[in-house]
Amino acid sequence: MSEPLLDLENVTVQFGGLKAVSELSLRIGDGELVGLIGPNGAGKTTVFNLITGVYQPTSGAIRFDGKSVVGHRPYKITARGIARTFQNIRLFSSLTVFDNVRTACNMHLRHGILYALIRGPKFAAEETEVAKTVMELLEIFGLAGQRDQSCKSLPYGDQRRLEIVRALATRPKLLLLDEPAAGMNPTEKVELMKLIRFTQEKFGCAVLLVEHDMKVVMGICQRISVLDYGRKICEGSPAEIRCDPKVIAAYLGKEEA
Amino acid sequence: MERSKVTLFSTLLLFGLISFGLNHFHVADGSGHAVTLIQKYSYYYDILLTIGINIILAVGLNLVNGYTGQFSLGHAGFMAAGAYASSWLTLSYGYSLGGGAFATTFAFVIALLLGGVAAAFSGLLVGVPSLRLKGDYLAIVTLGFNEIIKGVIQNCDALGAQRGLGGMAPSTNFFWTYAFGAVTVYVVLSLVNSTYGRGFLAVRDDEIAAEAMGINTTKYKVLAFVLGAFFAGIAGGIYAHFKQFIHPEGFNFMKSVDVVVMVILGGMGSTAGVCVAAALLTILPEVLRYVSHIEALPEWLRHIAENRMILYSLLLIVLMLTRPQGLFGAVNLKRKKA
Amino acid sequence: MADKLLEFLQQLVNGLSQGSIYALIALGYTMVFGVLRFINFAHGDVYMLGAFAGFYFGPKVTQLFGRGAAAGSMPLGDLLNPAAWVTLLVAMALCAVIGIVIERLCYRPLRERPKLTVLITAIGVSLFLENGGQYAFGVDPKSFPEIITDRALEIPESWGKISGLTVTLSQVLIFGVTLLLMLVLRHIVVKTRMGMAMRALSFNPVAAQLMGINIDVVISFTFGLGSALAGAAGILTSMQQPSIDPLMGVNAGLKAFVAAVLGGIGNLQGAALGGLLIGVVEALVVGYGNPTYRDPIVFGALIVILLLKPTGLLGASEREKV
Repeated sequence: MSEPLLDLENVTVQFGGLKAVSELSLRIGDGELVGLIGPNGAGKTTVFNLITGVYQPTSGAIRFDGKSVVGHRPYKITARGIARTFQNIRLFSSLTVFDNVRTACNMHLRHGILYALIRGPKFAAEETEVAKTVMELLEIFGLAGQRDQSCKSLPYGDQRRLEIVRALATRPKLLLLDEPAAGMNPTEKVELMKLIRFTQEKFGCAVLLVEHDMKVVMGICQRISVLDYGRKICEGSPAEIRCDPKVIAAYLGKEEA
Repeated sequence: MERSKVTLFSTLLLFGLISFGLNHFHVADGSGHAVTLIQKYSYYYDILLTIGINIILAVGLNLVNGYTGQFSLGHAGFMAAGAYASSWLTLSYGYSLGGGAFATTFAFVIALLLGGVAAAFSGLLVGVPSLRLKGDYLAIVTLGFNEIIKGVIQNCDALGAQRGLGGMAPSTNFFWTYAFGAVTVYVVLSLVNSTYGRGFLAVRDDEIAAEAMGINTTKYKVLAFVLGAFFAGIAGGIYAHFKQFIHPEGFNFMKSVDVVVMVILGGMGSTAGVCVAAALLTILPEVLRYVSHIEALPEWLRHIAENRMILYSLLLIVLMLTRPQGLFGAVNLKRKKA
Repeated sequence: MADKLLEFLQQLVNGLSQGSIYALIALGYTMVFGVLRFINFAHGDVYMLGAFAGFYFGPKVTQLFGRGAAAGSMPLGDLLNPAAWVTLLVAMALCAVIGIVIERLCYRPLRERPKLTVLITAIGVSLFLENGGQYAFGVDPKSFPEIITDRALEIPESWGKISGLTVTLSQVLIFGVTLLLMLVLRHIVVKTRMGMAMRALSFNPVAAQLMGINIDVVISFTFGLGSALAGAAGILTSMQQPSIDPLMGVNAGLKAFVAAVLGGIGNLQGAALGGLLIGVVEALVVGYGNPTYRDPIVFGALIVILLLKPTGLLGASEREKV
């Protein structure tokens, strides 16, 4: 592919004696929907943490939009255009639904602390703009009615949706979703699949999806990479992955000969 | 003009009028002479000013502890920085602008602001290295810095060292105390309720998620610290020109704990609650002193009342066991965070 | 040149003695942090209560046992004085009980709450003990009763220049008893089942519970043990510094906390090492520098450590799972 949006080249991260991720190479192009699967403990969330700057790789390169992201603080990486959700929901528990999304608009504010204090017309204009952006997003995802509710009072599925909305408020080029279907029933999962595809089309962002539910992954991903013990063991289309013996062995164990 | 600014300016105007009235309205005292309200009710006036000072301290600390979730135990150190800086300025240069009432007041306010800046600067020095620490560690480090600031003052002869520093002009009055109080409340509330200021709350709720949403958590933590320190410095300067004598021991760990209790009682993250708590905890020792002198009560009860710190500490313990969110607390502290 | 060395060694001796006190208190901090991940602000005040326990019980015990005929006539005279040992044990037992009661009443109900809540409660307990102490014992310093007669030990001339050092009986006792207590502690932690339970709890509380460990009992035991050591420190210190007051735990407690952090909080050897180091640093600052800078320097050291290596000299770091 032409210059990929996200380029991981031979990335290794080592914690003490444990290599959580080992010589991983992964590429994602503009607007692609890629899946990352593997058994528990394979290192999938670690990959997310590496991309977003929570961990630094021990070796290897990570490039986004052509520039390296290694060594930068997470908030700077988000500014470049990478947003994420978390395996265990990490909403801002004391804030309302509206405010949760509003905080993600912080990085795009043109007017800072002084304006917040003086509260002139420029400040008012920008606050209105932010409110409009937040409400638009909430409307699209069907959460507008709960805008003033505490985010903790939302049902689980709505909280997951809210996390996605919040991430989208940062206007990402690449969205990392960490097990968004966890804890959902089948109907909700179908909704989620539609939602992810819709998000990708409407916002034009690439999506890297970590997920355990095979129906979801096979259903929407264009390409899938499989990790096991920190190494990529296979990569290809859903059909190719499904039949690959290495993948089957990783999930189900080797058959006795 | 925005509603909050209208409120601010009207409040300031009101305070101005009240101050004028207090200083110029005359009433008859016991022997028929005409005295000002302040002279007649000087005990209550004192308490009123102390409440104002405590409000500035508590609201400033609430920005750090309550809204941003950083547990600072060294607030008194910043108060000391402001107290000593502004005192040194007025003592050295107070009359350089002339001796008239306007000139000395002007010098006083400038000194207050510069004292606040000095405190803000010390807040920066403390904040930048400390803020990568969390919880217990941050608390201890801020405590340590409080001791260091105290230690520096105790060894500085120009600031009176162990003898204390006195002779400041009694420039503090109702207007300046409550005007700065109003400004402190305005600044904190305006900030926190703006989109920009929601960042503080995000940092408190989940630092990692906040960073992932593009918020520079370090910037917010340092900013909260510096602002809180600035207002503590202002409070210190006001205090210094109120009591006209300051001593390093007056800005020790106990003083920091005093302010922390106000923030906790009021409910971390509630500016209104913190103001109420500041007022209550200023009045409490006076009430206890009164109670301890009531002849009709049993001896042991009067003894306890005399010893307000015992009650204070019990209050803290009971509060944490039964209602950790304080009077007005918005944050749910009862459940353990996942 | 030899004089300079002698002076340095003298400071070292003074420092090790004071450092032993800090080490004993630091062990309590570190043990509680190890099992509960929480800093017991009130620990320093238990040390103070130990000293006061000795103040009140010492004379009674001495009356009971007498001073013993050996006092003064043997090279290490009062070492075999039963009154001293009984006073020590009584104080340790009393402090253990106090520590357990405090945990039961004030900290246990808050175990599921955020750390901040219990930290503030600890501050409250500390203030209560200090001010309650001032109310109960009076604000003025008291004079600790003479249970042993402290004097400078004579170092034989045949040991060379070292005989120029001033080493007091109390310094030897402090260092010796501390060493003894640390050996006992080590035995408990390494060789007994309770000790194993403590260690299991510090690694993984949930797993420990699943393995059938009654964490309430283990936590109470830990508090009791740590408080007993603090109580011992209170007695030992008072032998050397007979002036005791209800606020003596504030400063010592903070310094001991610095020591625990310096050594690596949660690490027992670290606490002991840290205590001795802080004691020596203090002695050097007082001996060679400006005594008024003693406290700021100790806090400065704490800040520097926390910035450079927050896990301390011997500690291990804990990562938050993202």
